[in-house]
Amino acid sequence: MPQQRHHMPQASEERGRQIAMEVGCGSCHQLPGVAWPAGRLGPSLVDFAGQGMIVGRLPNTPDVLASFVRDAPSLSPDTLMPAMPIDQQDARDIAAYLYASSGG
Amino acid sequence: MISPPIFMRRAVAEALSGWPPPVFDPAGPYAGSITTLAWVLMAMGAAVLLIVLAALWIALFGGKRLRERLGGTWAIWLGGIAFPVVVLTLLLIYGLTLTRHLSEPAKGDEVRMRITGEMWWWRVTYLDAEGRAQSLDANELHIPVGRPVVLELESSDVIHSFWIPRLSGKLDMIPGRRNVMRIQADEPGVFSGQCAEYCGGPHALMGFLVIAHPEREFEALMRARSLIGRQSVAGDEAERGRSLFRTAGCAACHRVAGTDANGMAGPDLTHVGSRHSLGAGILPNNRGTMIGWIGDSQSIKPGNRMPPYSILPAKDLRALAIYLETLK
Repeated sequence: MPQQRHHMPQASEERGRQIAMEVGCGSCHQLPGVAWPAGRLGPSLVDFAGQGMIVGRLPNTPDVLASFVRDAPSLSPDTLMPAMPIDQQDARDIAAYLYASSGG
Repeated sequence: MISPPIFMRRAVAEALSGWPPPVFDPAGPYAGSITTLAWVLMAMGAAVLLIVLAALWIALFGGKRLRERLGGTWAIWLGGIAFPVVVLTLLLIYGLTLTRHLSEPAKGDEVRMRITGEMWWWRVTYLDAEGRAQSLDANELHIPVGRPVVLELESSDVIHSFWIPRLSGKLDMIPGRRNVMRIQADEPGVFSGQCAEYCGGPHALMGFLVIAHPEREFEALMRARSLIGRQSVAGDEAERGRSLFRTAGCAACHRVAGTDANGMAGPDLTHVGSRHSLGAGILPNNRGTMIGWIGDSQSIKPGNRMPPYSILPAKDLRALAIYLETLK
């Protein structure tokens, strides 16, 4: 069961995984339950629910994570991670996937 | 009613996902003739299996007279020698006739393109009617709908095999040889392909895309591409990316038409911003995957010949990606 802190209503982790594969998150990140691609340029996203902060300074909560995966530079201008070509629902689904797959 | 256990249902669903397989779903006449041949072969195989099973049944359970006939000299001559010789000869003639036109060289003003297998990507050269290079690209081929396209297949290192399952069969690319393959798509669309001959390390990550356009769209695309030096770079970051492209050494291996970047060792990047994929048909093409590829392609496609550029600071990687996006 995901913790209350990471509760993500109206989001599909299964769809999130699919979108993450389609836009190629794996070219920089290791993703939970994905053997390839598992890039190393960015941090591993396995067990993301267990992580305290996003980029070391944003609270790791559902809304912040969903905004971050969609448009990282708007929250952290220096990050190498660019805005991704996904909509808000896609971003929420990806966030749900990252939380759910790490079992915590 | 008892339903099958969930793991069985999952296994069946998984086995059927993506059905029909591309080889049974041809998108043009050349692939179609191969699919026809495959069905004929399977039907004949099934017929022979039935005959053998019937003979086996007679041998085990048939009456005395039937068994004596089955074991007689005539049955051996007919069923064991005459039947296979006739059937296999007819099949050989039928197969060769059917597939003869798959590798017919270009006639008249047919569309010609050259694909060269490289470890582990594809060099693409669009040719004019006389076989002269018109424009260069990589890992992606644009073709017009409803017309045969004659591909000259070559290799510059080891043996590769070119395979677009919905458009034709496999054909080897052999160093020092030029093989001819014809493809045709009857509908606009994107067709994926794959190297089908083990060629070392990242062979499994050597993909390819064919994009079929309506005739006019294709003509317009080719006209736009033959103009060299039309690139206009807009924006400070893209401008900075362009100068980084030279100073960071990218131009040693990559060419961008209309600039002094003229390296030929790696894929031509003149149109990389409009490509449907990165890394030879394996990743979607967006700013994120572009940064990931430049920064550390070795973690994505281990063994490929591009070194990781994680020595570049984030802002440089970003500027390079933004510049490359402008190359349409």
